[in-house]
Amino acid sequence: MTLYFTKEHEWLNVEGDIATVGITDYAQNALGDVVFAEVPAAGTALTKGKEAAVVESVKAASDVYSPVSGTVTESNAALDADPALVNTAPETDGWFFKLTLSDASELDGLMDEAAYKAWVATL
Amino acid sequence: MAESETALPLPLDVLHRRLGGRMVAFAGYSMPIQFEGIIAEHLWTRTHAGLFDVSHMGQVLLPLSQDVALEALLPGDIAGLGVGTLRYSLLLNDSGGILDDLMVTRRQDDLYLVVNGAVKAADIAHMRAHGLDVTYRDDWALLALQGPEAVTALERLVPGVADLRFMRAAGFGWQSHDLWVSRSGYTGEDGYEISVPAAAVEALAEALLAQPEVKPIGLGARDSLRLEAGLPLYGHDLDPGINPVEAGLAFAISKRRKIERGFPGADIIMDQLLNGAARRRVGLAVEGKLPAREGAAVFAGGQPVGTVTSGGFSPSLGAPIAMAYVDAAHVADGSNVEIEVRGKRLMATVVPMPFKQKNYVRAEGATK
Repeated sequence: MTLYFTKEHEWLNVEGDIATVGITDYAQNALGDVVFAEVPAAGTALTKGKEAAVVESVKAASDVYSPVSGTVTESNAALDADPALVNTAPETDGWFFKLTLSDASELDGLMDEAAYKAWVATL
Repeated sequence: MAESETALPLPLDVLHRRLGGRMVAFAGYSMPIQFEGIIAEHLWTRTHAGLFDVSHMGQVLLPLSQDVALEALLPGDIAGLGVGTLRYSLLLNDSGGILDDLMVTRRQDDLYLVVNGAVKAADIAHMRAHGLDVTYRDDWALLALQGPEAVTALERLVPGVADLRFMRAAGFGWQSHDLWVSRSGYTGEDGYEISVPAAAVEALAEALLAQPEVKPIGLGARDSLRLEAGLPLYGHDLDPGINPVEAGLAFAISKRRKIERGFPGADIIMDQLLNGAARRRVGLAVEGKLPAREGAAVFAGGQPVGTVTSGGFSPSLGAPIAMAYVDAAHVADGSNVEIEVRGKRLMATVVPMPFKQKNYVRAEGATK
């Protein structure tokens, strides 16, 4: 498995042609208390750079863009009952959805964990 | 959430940053939106005491002799206001539209007004254009201490404040400084608003924060607290296109003024008081967990009937709530409407406000 990050503060955990997607600890901290997460249902076709999910904090709604293209295989049902998982476990239990990659070459432009951390440190 | 380069610092800027406040631009100032987190700060204020910096608001003075002149701009009874008493009122335009909502207090030697930060320059210009001799006290800061334990914490530092009742105010001393303390606020909780010389506000804030009941609270929780209390926010739920009857603020039109009229837009407002307004501000309980935000369209039977003006998640209720302006046919409590959020229609019900019961310590016999 390989971990990738985007400048939109999403992470992808890729195993074979399946990627698990969520938002980073930096992103959840910036959003504040998450009270609702709207995640795409299995079967939804996602396009890189297009809206994939919406996170609602107490204050505002924020779009989450799909970091890669593919078809959703599973969304995180646990977020329905406990959206605060996005705050408490953003990079583990607070994942958003899994998808089958339609073009693995889209991963090429993404950052690894060290590059992401170095970039976040400049923000 | 980028901080605007033009946002001005308030007197507590250094303290906010030292306390870890996340600073945002609001009303032209750099202000903390949160410290620990909005939900935690909200619930702390409902159960203990929260300290809010509201120094962005405009504190202005008028000579007592201009009480009747002030009445020409708003519908409240200012001439009949007792010394040490606050009145919530509304600056109105000639159509009866709301230019701002404000607090007016008659003091021994002057009238003390607190107006909204975002429109304070326009308010002052408006009052001066109508011949009022306005003194803008930007050398004063304003703190709000809100919550059921506010009285305990403040009484420890400023003995005597516990004797004030809701919407009453008086001068007190703290160390060598003069304070003007009002038992009022905008959270739906008991509490105080404390006017203090800017040079002394950091010391006072630190003394308050040293009390075990008190934590610093940001703008985010201030907004969720006032929303639960059913209190409208100027620039969102109130604007120059909305009049007091539509806004559900007819209580701010004093009895004598209804008889005498003579306030801006009186004919339009009195007609709507008697015959009803075409739309009203209502509270909406939203089904499910998805919050409906400002700007969302409200429907009934497939027809558009209104717009959400404030909406979010209620930490106390654990559910989304909203305020909206809705056509008069759908404003009765229990009316079912739908709110459109990202192409989905959420079921919502008109409910009485406040969403969360207010906890004020009222004077004997006082009703409002």
